[in-house]
Amino acid sequence: MRFVELAKRNSREMWRDPVYMGLAIGIPVAFLVIFWALGRNIGDQSFLSTAMLVPGIAVFGFAFLLMFSGMMLARDREGAFLPRLLTAPLGPRDFILSYSLPYIPVVISQIVVCFGVGVFLGLEMPGDAVHVLLVFVILLVMGIGSVGLGMILGLLFNVNQVSGVGSAIIALVALLGGIWIDLEAIGGVFYDIGNALPFAHAIGAARDVMVGAGLDGISMDFYWVLGYTLLFFAIGSLLFRWRMVE
Amino acid sequence: MSYATACNSPAVQTFDLSRKFGDLIAVDAADLSIQEGELFSLLGPNGAGKTTAIKMLCCLLRPSSGTATVMGRDIRQDPMGVKQIIDVSPQETAIAEHLNARENLSLIGGIHGLAKEKVKERSEELLEMVGLARRAKEQVRTFSGGMKRRLSIAMALVSDPQVLFLDEPTLGLDPQSRRGIWEHIAGLKGKKTIVLTTHYLEEADALADRIGIIDEGKIVALGTPQQLKENVSDMRVMVLRAKNLAADAIEGLKRIYPELKVTNEGIEITARELSFYDIVDYLRPRGVTIQSMSLKQPTLDDVFLHLTGKELRE
Repeated sequence: MRFVELAKRNSREMWRDPVYMGLAIGIPVAFLVIFWALGRNIGDQSFLSTAMLVPGIAVFGFAFLLMFSGMMLARDREGAFLPRLLTAPLGPRDFILSYSLPYIPVVISQIVVCFGVGVFLGLEMPGDAVHVLLVFVILLVMGIGSVGLGMILGLLFNVNQVSGVGSAIIALVALLGGIWIDLEAIGGVFYDIGNALPFAHAIGAARDVMVGAGLDGISMDFYWVLGYTLLFFAIGSLLFRWRMVE
Repeated sequence: MSYATACNSPAVQTFDLSRKFGDLIAVDAADLSIQEGELFSLLGPNGAGKTTAIKMLCCLLRPSSGTATVMGRDIRQDPMGVKQIIDVSPQETAIAEHLNARENLSLIGGIHGLAKEKVKERSEELLEMVGLARRAKEQVRTFSGGMKRRLSIAMALVSDPQVLFLDEPTLGLDPQSRRGIWEHIAGLKGKKTIVLTTHYLEEADALADRIGIIDEGKIVALGTPQQLKENVSDMRVMVLRAKNLAADAIEGLKRIYPELKVTNEGIEITARELSFYDIVDYLRPRGVTIQSMSLKQPTLDDVFLHLTGKELRE
């Protein structure tokens, strides 16, 4: 349980940085309100309705979390803090847990705040707890997967590079995640790329459950997201192993 | 327990320890034996291979060939076993900036598996020792460089390691902070096996029981500071202060006396045979006004110059 101490440190570093937390929670809320207002002005009740926007914006928020988690790890690595930790008797599993667990409360906060603001803006939640729970689980898995991807970036790149690559991923999620634009309508290579990545699957599955689909209806999408999450953590574990003894 | 009275079992032993980065040999077949309770200093200029050697001993870098043992545990075969009995204060100040000093110490104690009560007790002792007890609750990002370095050393001590690695512990600090750190390190002498890397001669001279001089990855000399100085005891060091000392005059003298170094005030010439008259006769026709000439005892800097043909601060 040695990882608990490091997880506590990572959590403190994060929650004690008001800019970080403000961006992690504030940006998704700001985008949600802006696009909701745009939808009302345009009179668009399809892609800019709250039922479509809220799951998409929640996943969009995870893309920022991805960048922040990567930057924290890259900063620790560059500033010799991680090398110091690597001389302690901790294994790759300890590092993976301590650099991912502290983000779960942030992921949950992002989901709760997005849906809370969504309800305030007129979002109708599913009537039964099972569907609500299923939406939550889909988004939680996607959020954890995003943290895993951030960990990979943090282990491969320096802070500036993580910032650049992270911004590119945010743009990718925004454009090819199907948040504001119907991916099928775009078609072609953009559809193929978007469909190959987990983000559009997470958004699509959450939206379908919001309008009544069960696990059977979204199982392929859910397993796609779960598979990516497991893959990101497997790669992260290998990279930590590599970083431990170079 | 001082080094002189310490037992003779090696705490750290290296066997042809080498590390290459492409074509560059950072550490070249190092054979060292550091005794339990000894404060051993690896002295060398930047890029000599000191940090690479420390990283291998701390199991952060895999040796290209050879191996080492720390308290009998092989760094290749049992890295986790080595990590349980060592701690390191890295060259860069590796601390968690948003945590306070006490939380930083708790973190390191916790990841080394110490019980909470023990960590608390050790933390208080160490905060007192490094003079940070009054600032223990402040986030360390508000600390000065010297305070951060003192905390970094305290963090390396919280797990009560059997072998402590201090990689350039006073790098970049002002003289006053450096002296403060020296006092803390001197206080640990004999209580712990300490491997200290530095490129400050005064630091190695003041603190180390034994010094290994490393240059371009090779250990070129090994011994107590006194033994190393005795190697050049038959050498004479002339300190010369002069006006109008032009570069061509210095170059000319360097051809006669290769171990010549330029200082802020003039030049220092190290040689077994020195002639005042020859030097004066050489410099006067070149318009140099000699202000003073004196002889001094050889220092570790002279030892380094003699062994490697270059100055330590190059």
